[in-house]
Amino acid sequence: MRIPYRPLAIGLMTLAFSAFVLARAQAGDRHFFAPVTDPVVKEECGSCHLAFAPSMLPARSWQRMMGELDKHFGDNASLDATTAEKIASYLVANAGDAGGQRYSNKLLKGVAPGAAPQRITELPKWVSEHRKVPDWEWRHKEVRTKANCVACHTAAEQGYYEE
Amino acid sequence: MKNILVVTSGIVAMILSTATFAGPREDLLAQYAAAAKTASFSAARGQALHTQNFSGGKPDTPSCTTCHGKDTRGAGRALTGKTIEPVAVSVAPTRHTDPAKVEKWFKRNCTEVLGRECTAQEKGDWLTFVIGQ
Repeated sequence: MRIPYRPLAIGLMTLAFSAFVLARAQAGDRHFFAPVTDPVVKEECGSCHLAFAPSMLPARSWQRMMGELDKHFGDNASLDATTAEKIASYLVANAGDAGGQRYSNKLLKGVAPGAAPQRITELPKWVSEHRKVPDWEWRHKEVRTKANCVACHTAAEQGYYEE
Repeated sequence: MKNILVVTSGIVAMILSTATFAGPREDLLAQYAAAAKTASFSAARGQALHTQNFSGGKPDTPSCTTCHGKDTRGAGRALTGKTIEPVAVSVAPTRHTDPAKVEKWFKRNCTEVLGRECTAQEKGDWLTFVIGQ
C-alpha cells in the first residue's frame, strides 16, 4: 500500500495552521476592542490621545461626554455642532452596551446601571485588571498617564490589549 | 488652424493657472494679512511666540514647546503621551495645508497656552516661522 505522503503533509499543515490562528483569535478576543474606523472620529478624537474604542464605555457615557466637550478632562475640546453630532452617533452606535458587543461586557462589569462613567481607567474591571502595575511604572516618562494605553499595549491602536 | 488656437489657448491657460496658484498656506497668510491689516509677517516674532513662556493659559502648558518640543523639525509630544508630527514644513510638507485644521488648532492651542485666542498678526508670524523651518 502506498501512503499518500504529500496530501497528508499538506492536510496536517493546514490543520496546524488553522489551529494556531484559531487559538490566537480566541486568546485575543477577551482583550480585543474594535478600534475606531470612522475617519472623522479618528481625526477628532485621536489627535490628542488614542481614539479610544467606543466599546469601552456604555452609550450614556459617550452621550454625556459629547455634551461636555468644552470641559473635556480639563481641556476645551469643543467642536462644531455637526461634527460633534456625527461623532456622538458613531460612539453611541458602537458603545459597549450596544447590541452585539460581546466582549466589552466584561470591561463594563460592575458599572452601576444608569451610571455614565467618563474615565475608562476608573471602570471597576479596568482597575482590577491593572492592579498589579506598580506606581513607578505609571510615573515612567514613557507612560505618564493611565490614558496612554499604547505605552504598554503596543497594539492598542489595532484594538489588542494583551499584556 | 482652429485646433492650433484651441491647443495654444489651453497651454496658456495652464501656464497662467500654475503661475498664479498659491498653496493653501500662502492663502492663509494672505487672509491673516488682510485681517491684521499688515503687509509683513516676521519669522523671528513667530519664533519668539513659539518659544516664549506665558502665564495666562494653563499652568501645565506654559509654551508651545511644552508639547511641540524645542526642535521644530522633531516630533512633539502631547501631555497624554501621544506623538505630535513636527511643525516644520521642511520635514512635514503637508503640514498647515488644511485651513480649517490650522484654525482649529490655533484656537485650541492659543487658548490653552496664552489663555486667549491668537491675533491674526500672531498667526501670520507663527506660520511664517514654521514655513521657513
